[in-house]
Amino acid sequence: MEMPKPDAAVLARRVELIGALRRIVPGEGVIVDADELRAYESDGVMAYRQMPLVVVLPSTTEQVSEVLRFCHEAGVKVVPRGAGTSLSGGALPLADGVLLGMSKFNRILEIDWEDRCVRVQPGVTNLGITTAVAHRGFYYAPDPSSQIACTIGGNVAENSGGVHCLKYGLTTNNVLGVEMVLMNGEVVRLGGKHLDSEGYDLLAAVTGSEGLLGVVTEVTVRILPKPETARALLLGFPTVEGGGQCVAEIIAAGIIPGGMEMMDRPAIHAAEDFVHAGYPLDVDGLLIVELDGPEAEVDHLIAEVERIARGCGATYARVSSSEEERLTFWAGRKSAFPAVGQIGPDYLCMDGTIPRKELPRVLRAMTEMSQRHGLRVANVFHAGDGNLHPLILYDANRPGEIEKAEAFGADILKLCVDVGGVLTGEHGVGVEKRDLMPYQFQPEDLTHQQRLKCAFDPDGLLNPGKVFPQLHRCAEMGRLHVHRGQIPFPDIPRF
Amino acid sequence: MTSVQTPAQDGAPTGPSVLKPATEAQAHEVLRWAVAEEQPVELVGGGTKRAIGRPVQAAHRLDFSGLRGISLYEPEELVLSAAAGTPLAEIEATLAARRQQLAFEPADPGPLFGRPAGTQTLGGVVSANLSGPRRIKAGAARDHVLGCRAVSGHGELFKAGGRVVKNVTGYDLPKLFTGAWGTLVALTEVTLKVLPAPEHERTLLLLGLDDAAAIQALSSALCSPHEVAGAAHLPAAMAAGIPGAAEQGAAVTAIRLEGFAPSVAYRAGLLEKALGGKAATAALEGGASAAFWRAVRDVAPFVARPERAVWRISVAPRRGPAVLGELAARLGAEGYYDWGGGLIWLGTDPAGDAGAAAVRAAVGGEGHATLLRAPEAVRTAVPVFHPQAPALAALSARVKQTYDPRDILNPGRMTAGI
Ligand SMILES: Cc1cc2nc3c(=O)[nH]c(=O)nc-3n(C[C@H](O)[C@H](O)[C@H](O)COP(=O)(O)OP(=O)(O)OC[C@H]3O[C@@H](n4cnc5c(N)ncnc54)[C@H](O)[C@@H]3O)c2cc1C
Repeated sequence: MEMPKPDAAVLARRVELIGALRRIVPGEGVIVDADELRAYESDGVMAYRQMPLVVVLPSTTEQVSEVLRFCHEAGVKVVPRGAGTSLSGGALPLADGVLLGMSKFNRILEIDWEDRCVRVQPGVTNLGITTAVAHRGFYYAPDPSSQIACTIGGNVAENSGGVHCLKYGLTTNNVLGVEMVLMNGEVVRLGGKHLDSEGYDLLAAVTGSEGLLGVVTEVTVRILPKPETARALLLGFPTVEGGGQCVAEIIAAGIIPGGMEMMDRPAIHAAEDFVHAGYPLDVDGLLIVELDGPEAEVDHLIAEVERIARGCGATYARVSSSEEERLTFWAGRKSAFPAVGQIGPDYLCMDGTIPRKELPRVLRAMTEMSQRHGLRVANVFHAGDGNLHPLILYDANRPGEIEKAEAFGADILKLCVDVGGVLTGEHGVGVEKRDLMPYQFQPEDLTHQQRLKCAFDPDGLLNPGKVFPQLHRCAEMGRLHVHRGQIPFPDIPRF
Repeated sequence: MTSVQTPAQDGAPTGPSVLKPATEAQAHEVLRWAVAEEQPVELVGGGTKRAIGRPVQAAHRLDFSGLRGISLYEPEELVLSAAAGTPLAEIEATLAARRQQLAFEPADPGPLFGRPAGTQTLGGVVSANLSGPRRIKAGAARDHVLGCRAVSGHGELFKAGGRVVKNVTGYDLPKLFTGAWGTLVALTEVTLKVLPAPEHERTLLLLGLDDAAAIQALSSALCSPHEVAGAAHLPAAMAAGIPGAAEQGAAVTAIRLEGFAPSVAYRAGLLEKALGGKAATAALEGGASAAFWRAVRDVAPFVARPERAVWRISVAPRRGPAVLGELAARLGAEGYYDWGGGLIWLGTDPAGDAGAAAVRAAVGGEGHATLLRAPEAVRTAVPVFHPQAPALAALSARVKQTYDPRDILNPGRMTAGI
């Protein structure tokens, strides 16, 4: 994994740049000390580390705007950062770049109950939004497992998902508007409390853009009334295929559960050892299906799902009889990553998505790959939407093992693409999957993505080295390759 | 494939022409030629929305209606792909046969523009991003677009997105192209997320409420956990044009519930208890409920008033009554509400600016107003889409420039520059 070469001229001007940044963000807002900078050298992907040139922690939109304008004019790169929980290296610093931390943007600006939305600063945590509205029976639907720590700004940048996204959508389906600062310092507002702004849907383009298009300084999200009740089923299958079949049949029956998650045997055992959720240990596939809504509906659907599961060969079925029990079912799934970390010692978390029906084939292939690479793998899936999280176990202290794990991971992701899926479902491309992009996209597909960047940041100063394996110059991509007289008039019917 | 007419030697045919490709490769060929020769083209599917937006000045019309067919439909995967020119009616019928649907409930704009119903195509639906009453629960068209194939103003055919819902691999271009009115790329194929159709529906009607009380009632319904899938209010004069509402002889406030029958009955009971004290109530079941919402969706009150200019205004829901009240007083306009008060369908006198100055002043920067139906001269003189702040307008112009540098695709449809 190679990052763009640091610009020696920028490195040489460090002291001068720091002085200028301090004039914009006074006091503790500019961090230069090596010990303090170390806290920012990596995000959720600990394998990649890089000390930034300097860290700047602005606290107002005006400061963000001035910092970006200054960096734009000085030709200095900028990497935005929320809580640093990215699992793709999206917030990995650059040696010659400013790391722009958004942690001081931590206020909830407005709760508008009547219009069912909340306006917050981007550094507010995902869970912080739900906590602020829970007392009146509302919540913010997308719930990544990292929700205690990750910020809403990071969620917008990654278009994060969670176990409830099957029914309630991803970040992109729940964000109504943002305020954003472009690399040239201009401030734009996209969307708002109203729906479906006419004009280009730049909000959709910015959501999931991994900090490459602008720095988000305010977010408006919709909040939902909490369902009257929620109950979960724990279903055990002798094979993972049986679980996969059950998922397909639930959806074919017209049921969209609030959540539908699956774990394979190694993940079940790791989670059970870690939190003692009472998971059955004699099954190869465990499904958690949550139904939410009015009591009458949930009762009806629980019975339906149980019936379907039996038909698919479930050997174990338990229905939560209390809120406490429901949360216990989830506790194992929600702590699956740290649980696997216990049996590690290290793990790589993959994030491909596949058409659900391909699950048996992909799992079989993964078992074979595991043997070939000589590394163990545990699987948790967002089964309802085909999003896989294979966790590849390795030991970073053994020479060559991280490379082996990465090769195994790449094989899995390529397989996801081969069966009609994608490289990443919710964690982002970042630096981690960057070099695999040409496996999923043809050169002209990638060029059309990169052209969008040219409209927002033509000099490529915002978070370079992420998402795209090759940086093309905007001037080159803007050039037309067809000219007068080259193409005959099309030989097709005219009227 | 035969050529019906030979072009003049310089490449440009004489007079306006309609080109009707039968394959994606042919559509690509036409657009490559158009880019090379700097020949602007108007992109047309079923033509139902040709009268929306600023009039496009182009010597060529690219008719996508020959590019049709569902190429992928996997009900258990909740996904469907079809060529851009596929009639929406064909897609809806295919889905209905498996008890599925497009949850964003696309309107059929044909009749509003004096055209037959049932003639729009998938490409047009996606390019307009016009979503129906269920928008408030299920999301907009853009929320259901997973992937596409398209030809840009560089003359290049490319793909974006995919066929799975969970996908953050690169920018979400399919959503950007949704609602772009064909000014960024020409879509050749679209992949959509589809959903199970509800087993049952019932609509609770509250009668005789004034606008403010009605929007408050809708807001409390939407703040309840009862999963409201439609929330509209029609003042008496507007209700007169809607089946199921006309019979009531009063203003009608409507709340739709969908799902499994026992669940619908249960929720309807609770909502009626909570809101029924405020007004007399009635209910529409099954087919009657569906007919009511179809009329709300297709703007039936203004299909019946062809003399009116029609605005589509989106604001924060609670601002709805104030905005409509002000415009009724200033312009003698009339209208009704969908989306819990957040969407206003407004009819104005098409003379002069069709009320543009007053409408835009009432909406301000927090919302938008689109002049959906108006005589061509008005749509040429008045911004059809809501004017944007300078920095955003400049950014949008750069996005246009990046995908269509020669201004070949539907030039001028959205604004004078776009
Ligand atoms: C244990 C664990 C579990 C996780 N579970 C899930 C899960 O269930 N679902 C899921 O989707 N993800 C999950 N993640 C991944 C991660 O939490 C999400 O991607 C999250 O949205 C990142 O938020 P952050 O604030 O930490 O952003 P960071 O990691 O700081 O940054 C992520 C990206 O966003 C950009 N960015 C951050 N803030 C801004 C801003 N204000 N403006 C512009 N760009 C910005 C950065 O440049 C970077 O590219 C998990 C991570 C961990 C460690």
